[in-house]
Amino acid sequence: MTSASTNDIEFRSVAKRYGSVTAVSDINLAVPKGAFVALLGPSGCGKTTCLRMIGGFEQPSEGMVYIGGQPMNGVPAYRRPVNMVFQQYALFPHLDVEQNVAYGLKQMRPRIAAAEIARRAQEALDMVRLGGFSKRRIHEMSGGQQQRVALARAIVNKPKVLLLDEPLAALDKKLRTAMQIELQSLQRELGITFVLVTHDQEEALSMSDLVSVMNTGRIVQVGPPQEIYDRPASLFVADFVGKTNRIAATIEPGANSVRLANGVGLAKPARANGTAGAAMVALRPESISLVRDSTATLQGTVTHRIFLGSSVEYSVEVDGLGDFLVTADRRSIDESDLAEPGERIGLRFDSNAMHVFPA
Amino acid sequence: MRAAMNTKRNLVTAALVAPAAAWLFVFLVLPFVAMLVFAFGERAPEGGYQAAFTFAQFANLPTRATAFWNTLLLAPAGALLCLVVAYPTAYHLAVKANPRYRLILVSLVVVPFWTSLLVRTYAWMYILGSRGIPNLLAMVGIEDVRLLNTPGAVLLGIVYGYLPLMIMPIYVSLEKLDRRLLEASADLGAKPVSTFFGVTLPLSLPGVMTGVALVTILLLGEYLIPQLLGGGKVFFIGNALVDLFLQSRNWPFGSAIAVTLVAVVVVVLMVAMRIAWRVAGTRQVDLV
Repeated sequence: MTSASTNDIEFRSVAKRYGSVTAVSDINLAVPKGAFVALLGPSGCGKTTCLRMIGGFEQPSEGMVYIGGQPMNGVPAYRRPVNMVFQQYALFPHLDVEQNVAYGLKQMRPRIAAAEIARRAQEALDMVRLGGFSKRRIHEMSGGQQQRVALARAIVNKPKVLLLDEPLAALDKKLRTAMQIELQSLQRELGITFVLVTHDQEEALSMSDLVSVMNTGRIVQVGPPQEIYDRPASLFVADFVGKTNRIAATIEPGANSVRLANGVGLAKPARANGTAGAAMVALRPESISLVRDSTATLQGTVTHRIFLGSSVEYSVEVDGLGDFLVTADRRSIDESDLAEPGERIGLRFDSNAMHVFPA
Repeated sequence: MRAAMNTKRNLVTAALVAPAAAWLFVFLVLPFVAMLVFAFGERAPEGGYQAAFTFAQFANLPTRATAFWNTLLLAPAGALLCLVVAYPTAYHLAVKANPRYRLILVSLVVVPFWTSLLVRTYAWMYILGSRGIPNLLAMVGIEDVRLLNTPGAVLLGIVYGYLPLMIMPIYVSLEKLDRRLLEASADLGAKPVSTFFGVTLPLSLPGVMTGVALVTILLLGEYLIPQLLGGGKVFFIGNALVDLFLQSRNWPFGSAIAVTLVAVVVVVLMVAMRIAWRVAGTRQVDLV
């Protein structure tokens, strides 16, 4: 375990129960200072509960939560050095933009001079490029602008940690992508720890430098985005993060091979540590190549083709294994490059690209 | 085609509005016009109204100054007292009470309306009268306590009778208050008291203004409570009007008082709306 002082946030064996219902349990997580961490998982996995325990809106039933090395159990939200960007923003409708941003500054004790409050609020608004909007009322702002106000309001107090609860969920796709980039550069500029809760794996992978994948109230894998994607720790992670093909298989006793359900035997990947017996193989669509070669490992028939511009997605009915998803980059503009629905085709892949999990 | 549709829509609108409009015209507009006419007339020798055009009735208003004074003092005072009692109640119901029992508790607020205000005010007459609390106090040696027929008794009756009308609008505005705003306030470092004065109270002001305006306006025309609990001593305009119309049959003077009261109510209402708009920052304040 790393020492608490280099971690901005630490969960130690945390559980949260509501009556007989366990929301999260066995949560151990260390977030280094200045990291951008994403809590990723399907709805109901407990990621928001974890965020709310950092914010102080929930208290753990078991275990300890530390912020900046200080135990936080029993400390109310208004005494914590963290600020939150709420889902749907929770901006104060009776205050204008500047008053919303200044709200946190006005709570500071000893009191800050009014001129200083105005200066800092303006600075925060400039930072989210809303400099000229200070006197607007909240309902006069668009969704994207409200998002920025919420961001300015949360960073104006210079928190140790910024919490973001699905901050981009209400924005349209284009705005979302723009905000993703903006959040990343804001985090670098401020140098503070960001904790992002999201159910969108693309968002988690693209923005954060540490992803904690959660399922049914537990953390199932923690690691950098690339590691999560390339070396999923379980079938759930492989399925939830990115697209994946699942293939029933058996690990041969003694022999160093994996036999797929249709009888094809393949070399066991070096890092697969499964013991002999039933197994599940996960295979990324982009690690498969379609080849016009009847000697390829697997053979099938193309059933659908979805043209995506830079790449093409195929559905292939593989002999004895069912539907496969295959993503092919376009290597040339030659039309004959594309496989046609109905065409017999071979599938080739490196057996080391397989992720083998016990069934 | 479009014109025909518009005509049809206008007809439907007219049909929907007609009953209420007719009702208001017959029972509000016509009587008010009659009162305006009466107010500038003279009392007939045998009582009632005699055509004339004179300001004599308005010149006579100072003779009922006490009734005006009592009404204009005790109506807002009663409304504010109601507010002081109602706000914590509404706050508890909307914010603190277990949601499972909330509906039951809220309906308990309305239960008193199942019995007529007259009956309930009579009950207070007995409780405050010489055979009620003063009698109990005399038993423990505290003699000659006078409760009935005092301004205090009237205020008590007012708070008792109008409390639900104050609780409900405040409850509604607190109930629809977004809880995440309270969390956001705490997140930004506001202690619970600061959150109350910075977020909860301002956002419930429309409900407060509605309640205060509603109760004040109703109290300006109050007759029953001062009659029963104030005796002849605490006299409201409503009581003066009953006297003038039914006892001394001085319709023109009664009309002049009534018209003046309506004018006062309109001014009070407009001032209250201005304040509510200013404080709430929007024009979405429903007063009545």
